[in-house]
Amino acid sequence: MERIYLDYAATTPVDPEVLRAMQPYFTDIFGNASSIHSFGQEARKGMEAARETLASFLGAKAEEVVFTSGGTESNNAVIFGVANALKNKGNHIITSSIEHHAVLEPCKFLEKQGYKVTYLKVDKTGLVDPADVKKAITKETILITVMHANNEIGSIEPIEEISKIAKENGVYMHTDAVQTVGHIPINVTNLGIDMLSLSAHKFYGPKGVGAFYIKKGTKFSPYLRGGDQERGRRASTSNVAGIVGLGKAVELCGKKLEEEVKIHSELRDFLIKEISEKIPECCLNGHAERRLPNNVNFSFSYIEGESILLNLDLLGIAASTGSACTSSSLSPSHVLLAIGLSHEIAHGSLRLTLGRFSRKTDAGYLLEHLPKIVDKLRRMSPLYEPK
Amino acid sequence: MTNNKKRVMVAMSGGVDSAVAAALLQKDGYEVIGGTMCFSTAGGSASGGSLFDEEAADNRKRPSCCGISGIEDARKTANTLGIKHYVFSFGTVLEDKVIKNFCSEYLAGRTPNPCVKCNQFLKFNLLLRKARELSCDYLATGHYVKLCYNRLKHKYLLKKAKDSQKDQSYFLYAIKKEVLPYLIFPLGKYTKEEVRRLARNFNLPVSDKPGSQEICFIPNDDYRSFISGRIGKEIVPGALIHIDGRVIGKHQGIPFYTIGQRRALGGGYAAPLYVVKIDAKKNVIVLGGQKDTCAQGLIADNLNFLMGLPLKKIIAIGAKIRYNHREVKSRLIPINKDSVRIEFSLPQRAVTPGQSVVFYQKDTVLGGGIIRESIN
Repeated sequence: MERIYLDYAATTPVDPEVLRAMQPYFTDIFGNASSIHSFGQEARKGMEAARETLASFLGAKAEEVVFTSGGTESNNAVIFGVANALKNKGNHIITSSIEHHAVLEPCKFLEKQGYKVTYLKVDKTGLVDPADVKKAITKETILITVMHANNEIGSIEPIEEISKIAKENGVYMHTDAVQTVGHIPINVTNLGIDMLSLSAHKFYGPKGVGAFYIKKGTKFSPYLRGGDQERGRRASTSNVAGIVGLGKAVELCGKKLEEEVKIHSELRDFLIKEISEKIPECCLNGHAERRLPNNVNFSFSYIEGESILLNLDLLGIAASTGSACTSSSLSPSHVLLAIGLSHEIAHGSLRLTLGRFSRKTDAGYLLEHLPKIVDKLRRMSPLYEPK
Repeated sequence: MTNNKKRVMVAMSGGVDSAVAAALLQKDGYEVIGGTMCFSTAGGSASGGSLFDEEAADNRKRPSCCGISGIEDARKTANTLGIKHYVFSFGTVLEDKVIKNFCSEYLAGRTPNPCVKCNQFLKFNLLLRKARELSCDYLATGHYVKLCYNRLKHKYLLKKAKDSQKDQSYFLYAIKKEVLPYLIFPLGKYTKEEVRRLARNFNLPVSDKPGSQEICFIPNDDYRSFISGRIGKEIVPGALIHIDGRVIGKHQGIPFYTIGQRRALGGGYAAPLYVVKIDAKKNVIVLGGQKDTCAQGLIADNLNFLMGLPLKKIIAIGAKIRYNHREVKSRLIPINKDSVRIEFSLPQRAVTPGQSVVFYQKDTVLGGGIIRESIN
């Protein structure tokens, strides 16, 4: 059976070059990066090289990079870290209603502890209006956290404009860039942010390693304590092999980014055009232009995305209905509800995400089967009346 | 598709029975897909998703057939068999179609059969639809029940299992007869012992798992706490009355009692007392002696027939008035389209409104209904 992977936003395979770079760090260069001896120093060297690579990729300084276990930890560390450090300054956080749960849930937890959180609405393309950010700011506001691009519908948020507002008001600005690092060009100075979260497995690095950028001087209270690693900002024995893998993955993305953006955008646009033409009563979710190069997200009326997904799986095609973390739940995606879709339409959504190893033939195989599946399911749907 | 195998979805609870059902069908040459119904009703927050909730986590212990451990066991079995396995979130439907009814029935002084409702609305309806959507030819379950095809009459007959101890046909009378052609029950011809042996022979990871007789959505098999937690405010204590009219004590609330119950009534009575009547309107529980719990017959409604019977004449049947009941020879007398009168050949103990009565002719399930009241 064919096996076609169209779920790169959930995770990506480790690039063979990344794997090769990591391998020595499991066996030969196994030292604890905090050890003084040569074994430790070798490991430290690999780790710091990765830090340099990531910092320069982001337009940051090496000391502004903190390695973590992934995107979720980075988001948690930043949100709790700032909330805690600035608790005497204020208790208000601004975020958007379409953030990943790794941002929303820490915010909700803070609400239980007495913090106030504003969840900004988005328009029907999934974009936050910077004017809303401005309106939401109070004297108590300590942090604005808005994702760089949405993981489900791919809309790219106006981070530069929001950062500007944050800066004018003396409020820290964080962005969850888990979906964008390695997929579109990023420069922390241009974005104007104070903090940024990223995760290696979203760009051909290994799972279990990520990082956050934190601008020098940003007040922050560490989340993990018990060691001096990461300059005391994140205690825990360094995941050297993972970090080296992250570094290599970033290096490869740096080389391939321009070309991949072009290739993926073309394939994305081809898929969008073909699906729109071949399948009646469907609509593209997310912004048409301000969109991740690899993201396609459609809603199909009368049927459930989950049923499409499982039918595709039986044909060897991997897709998604929303983010992988909530795809076992039948509650409709909070993102799709936030852009104004009805429960029924939100249930009928399908996300296809492209990546480094996607080929046009993959799209062809999908396009051969998707219309048939949608048609079959619609015929079985009690909601559908053939026209 | 590249193969001509018939495709079947097996409803896998994580228990031994459904695991063996899947293994048997695979051995018989079917393309088997595992499907597990997930009933987690937690979460449901505005953000969606079933997220961990510190406060709720402790109350979410579920028995082996459902919940997270059930799903993981089902997944393990699917991995052992090398089959695809999907989990379907039916929590909302369980809530709407089963749990609400469960609570309101108890509040009305009746004792419901949630498993009958689950089979009717979830397993043999919604899950079957999922199976059909995935182009499955059949849905199979690990129920101990037989499905036979009568070639002469072109009819599917639901029959009791070989293992009369395990027979689960009682729980299946309420499914629509139109779905029978799409069902397979591989365990009907085996005893539980044989199934356990098969599980070991197939090397299934769940072969030593204890069986479960509990209601899957009730934590710790304690329906009283569950109901209190849900509708506690509507539960009002009232009087315990002796059948001769004397007030002899206080009851804790209508939902905590069931017909025939002897325990938790308070002690110190001259002779053993049983619940003989629950009057939710007057909020009283009536107690009496053992003979007072006996009834000559019953009225049932909410009927479903698996055989297209013309409900016009009186017929002889075997009636089973609860799952563990030894069926009794009876006469079924139609009253109207949706209610019947059942007259037992011998008085029966504890005819319980809300429970299902299932009608048999020999081994075949004719249909059944819900007991409205007993007749003396």
